[in-house]
Amino acid sequence: MDLPVLWFVIIAVFWTGFFVLEGFDFGVGALHTWIGRDEAGRRAAINAIGPLWDGNEVWLITAGAATFAAFPAWYATWFSALYLALVLVLVALIIRGVSFEFRGKVDSSRWRSTWTATMVVGSILAPLLIGVGLGDLLAGLPIDASGEFTGTFIDLLTPFGLLLGATLLALSLLHGSTFLAVKTDGEVRDRALRAASGLRWAAAVLVIAAAAATWSLGGRTVLAAVLGALSVIGAVAAVVAIGRRRDGWSFVATAVTIGATVAALFAGLYPDVLVSSTDPAYSLTVAGTASGQYALTVMTWVAVVLFPVVLIYQGWTAYVFRARVSSRAALQTTIPAA
Amino acid sequence: MDALELARAQFAMTSIYHFFFVPVTIGTALLVAVLHTQWYRTRKEDYRRLTRFFGGLLLLSVAVGVVTGLVQEFQFGMDWSAYAKFVGDVFGAPLAMEGLAAFFLESTFLGVWVFGWSVLPRGLHLASAWAVAIGSALSAMFIIAANSWMQNPVGYEINASTGAPQLTSIGDVFSNPVFMPAYLHVLATALVYAGAVMLAVSAWHLRRGGPDAKVFHRTAKLAIWVVLIAALAQFHLGGKLGQAITVNQPMKVAAMEAQWETCQPCSFSLVQIGGYTPDDPPTKIIQIPYLLSWLATGDINGKVTGINELQAQYAQQYPSGDIQYYPDVFVQYWSMRAMAYFAGLAVLIALWGVFLLWRRRLDDARLFHRVATWSVFIPFVMGTAGWVLTENGRQPWIVDGLMLTKDGLSPSVPAAQIAVSMTVFFLLYAVLGIIAAVLMVRHTKRGLPPEQQPDDPGERERAPELAY
Repeated sequence: MDLPVLWFVIIAVFWTGFFVLEGFDFGVGALHTWIGRDEAGRRAAINAIGPLWDGNEVWLITAGAATFAAFPAWYATWFSALYLALVLVLVALIIRGVSFEFRGKVDSSRWRSTWTATMVVGSILAPLLIGVGLGDLLAGLPIDASGEFTGTFIDLLTPFGLLLGATLLALSLLHGSTFLAVKTDGEVRDRALRAASGLRWAAAVLVIAAAAATWSLGGRTVLAAVLGALSVIGAVAAVVAIGRRRDGWSFVATAVTIGATVAALFAGLYPDVLVSSTDPAYSLTVAGTASGQYALTVMTWVAVVLFPVVLIYQGWTAYVFRARVSSRAALQTTIPAA
Repeated sequence: MDALELARAQFAMTSIYHFFFVPVTIGTALLVAVLHTQWYRTRKEDYRRLTRFFGGLLLLSVAVGVVTGLVQEFQFGMDWSAYAKFVGDVFGAPLAMEGLAAFFLESTFLGVWVFGWSVLPRGLHLASAWAVAIGSALSAMFIIAANSWMQNPVGYEINASTGAPQLTSIGDVFSNPVFMPAYLHVLATALVYAGAVMLAVSAWHLRRGGPDAKVFHRTAKLAIWVVLIAALAQFHLGGKLGQAITVNQPMKVAAMEAQWETCQPCSFSLVQIGGYTPDDPPTKIIQIPYLLSWLATGDINGKVTGINELQAQYAQQYPSGDIQYYPDVFVQYWSMRAMAYFAGLAVLIALWGVFLLWRRRLDDARLFHRVATWSVFIPFVMGTAGWVLTENGRQPWIVDGLMLTKDGLSPSVPAAQIAVSMTVFFLLYAVLGIIAAVLMVRHTKRGLPPEQQPDDPGERERAPELAY
């Protein structure tokens, strides 16, 4: 495998990992106020992702930085084309990120409901808009011969982009629900399972539609077929497992589904990285946008050495905090009065 | 304002704001790890309470620092896509390494540390505090390496077919003569910020008195020494950086001294009025002979090349021809002095603290408590001025000698979109800044978490006090 292809795969892995991990954080952020009926329940939901979400978000940062480094022209065209959409993504990630920290800092219900609202809005907008931005890669944007975006904000709202955005949002919500079913107990767990049960059919339908659309738009390789099929199998497995209240298997199934959906997109996209809807000849490609051999070699060594280490300590973190978060304990974390 | 001015203003605004929180985070992470280590070694309850208290401040700083860091990364592609495309082969590598080598470490172990109080064995928990401190310090290393490449591009060659620089030696990028002094300078700066914050908080409690004051005496003492040593180190490293810049970016040094004509030996003007444009003769008020030569070259008879000579030379040398190759001299001159004078102020306040420590009068020195509390603003002025000096001094280049700032802009992004995003970020940052500041003050006034008996069974239940 030559290095540009390897780096395309690495970037696909970062995006896939980002949605497998941060997907449940988005879901929990969006649903915590419904799954947690009272303050104890909400706090249990938030504390379930508490030790993990910050580290999970780094997958996004690394995906962006790796694209910048390995495919500068792809990064440049894609990010400048998505300008206003990315402003919204950033606002969503900012208000969501600070909500976790700010929410518990003042003991007033108005304060908490403010940051609950920003957490919900941010957690819904982020996967939706990032999904649209990823879908646009394959759906195609008006890109001219010099690799510049020539469209407007409306051109970003491609049908496939919107479908993928809706799918990743639904999957994030479902994934968050199954995560909470695994990570909490008592009433919170019951309500998480109920939320999953209510969301599962819609999510499964969207996954099937997205898999079909990815297949029809993208390159039809064996890998693309396998990943597309895996996303559909995962979605069906999730529907069944959630129906039987098997929380462990439900979580595994939603993780596979969301991961396979993102991975299938990249498999279908290859060898392009950003399709031009103006003329297929203008599409940005893996080979055409890659950095030089030396830069990629250096980064490959760095990734080969460090990425396994990152996986080990993130895995260890999940293991350390494997215990279910009880809402009774969460209540006792009340902040002492000022 | 046109797209170029808007994009520059946006990058300046978001970078300056981001760097309010970055040095506080880097320095405080280190100081919290030190306090945690003290607790680990002595098992004194004071240190546990202090670790938790300053850990709370750290988390507020991290929250805003991390989310505003996202904006920094995205902006390269959004506003400066021509730049991103041109330099990605070289500049992207340290950014990608930052994610893998540093930011994962910092973010993952921050979660581990915050939620690990009753879950982890003591030793592992302490190790996670150090992982956060090391991760955040490493993070700055990669960012400064990338920035140093913009100041003084090395380790590349121009690709004949694309005309863009291509990485040929990562070793050269990390042994850039500008990089090491700049990185160590930033680390020292981070400690000045964190020391000043710790001193302000501790001094406020010393002034208020009460049972917490006795405990905060420990951190007041620690912070005084940290500010003193870090601020002195910062001067020393800033001097080293200045000398590296004299060699590699002579125009930046000439402009920050408003030195239009080449001089040897050169005197340093403490204050001057006028002299910021070529046809406006300066009225120098106070000058110190030989000082500029010594600062810029390390030799009291060293030569500093003037703006006019460099301008004439660059107009010949670069294909962009006879454009203005020097930055806004007024901004350059005063940002350098604001940085240096405020750093000097930090040293004086720390020396005052050392004197009080020596005379054992720190706890009753009410004036010092008040001054030290308000001194919290000193590093923020100093650090901001330092970045203005560095980045304004790079103009008109986005990458020194390789690409002009105006050529780095995204060709496809209209000015109106930049104006929209600038407005959005301005309002959002203002609100976040106010909230973060109010929460930090509240946290400070609330004081230390309650004392616990060594075998208090409540520890486990109450433990996630740092949790959300």
